Amino acid sequence: MKHVNLTGGLPKPNAGVWKEAVKDCLPITTGIIPFGLTCGIMGRTAGFSIFEITFMSMTVFAGASQFIAIAMIGSGITGWWTVVFTTFMVNLRHLLMGASLSPYLLKLSKPLQYLLAFGIVDEGYALTMDRIERKGYDPNYQLGISALIYIVWVISTFLGAYFYNVIPNPLEWGIDFALPATFLVLLIPRLADRTSIIIFLVSALSAVLGALYLPGKWYIILAATVAAIVGGFIEGGSKDES
Amino acid sequence: MNLKLISIVLGMAAATYITRIGSQVLFASAGMPAWMERWLKHVPTAFLTALIVPSLLMPEGRLDISLGNNYLLAGAAAAFIAYKTRNVLITILIGMTVIIVLNRFMPF
Repeated sequence: MKHVNLTGGLPKPNAGVWKEAVKDCLPITTGIIPFGLTCGIMGRTAGFSIFEITFMSMTVFAGASQFIAIAMIGSGITGWWTVVFTTFMVNLRHLLMGASLSPYLLKLSKPLQYLLAFGIVDEGYALTMDRIERKGYDPNYQLGISALIYIVWVISTFLGAYFYNVIPNPLEWGIDFALPATFLVLLIPRLADRTSIIIFLVSALSAVLGALYLPGKWYIILAATVAAIVGGFIEGGSKDES
Repeated sequence: MNLKLISIVLGMAAATYITRIGSQVLFASAGMPAWMERWLKHVPTAFLTALIVPSLLMPEGRLDISLGNNYLLAGAAAAFIAYKTRNVLITILIGMTVIIVLNRFMPF
């Protein structure tokens, strides 16, 4: 083992980090709750029981792939391999997020790594990377963020399933705009130098082309890979290694 | 309880977890190559862009760059507020207000 782990796992949590995690998480939950409610509603519509759809949110914990699986099952595609393999493909983008967190995660104990890996989702990843940029990596922060998002996701799925014939579909109010708005606040401070702006443009173009011509969430993988490679080349060429 | 559904859900959970732990397992023994770390540094920016741009430019699944696209208009407003305030809550509140007003009151 190259990495020496001095603490044996989670560093002593301090109340400050938890407060910070809650504070950073609250706005993002505005974006997660409508998706959770919709997940519960769609699940019931597709024939899941309240328990079954809540169980899915508890064990899978990956919104987009859950929506796709629910839609498949609802339209009669119930082959085990078909649904599971589709889920795998939709979620492949986690590999990229995991890889970009690896330099930090690999220094932690194995059980903690496995626990934090379970909590990797788009929103939590974005917040954790933002925190790294501002103050450095803290596993307590990542754990706090992931736990909160998890709890909100599971509870809102349950509520959506429970009240599915009472509440209208929240995504139809335009409330799905909360997530892109949150991501904008995380993205814009990053666009401070020429390399980042080029990465933004390359990623935007690849994402739109990918979303037009590729199935599922592949456009995210395509855009992130292409743009990151372009960024790597620009930095390698300008030879000021920081 | 529908055992077939439960078994599909468990399969989905396993498949998803593999995508989440995969990188740690791959790099655990060898460590991550330096060139890869340099590329991965840019993943967050690229990733955020890939999440945002299609959701604003193609909310219905097809490219829509026009004044009739409420998500694009609200996105432009939110980007401006985000740039000025760097505050998530204010950005969401104003962005949501813009999109709800546009959805409700604009005739196109």
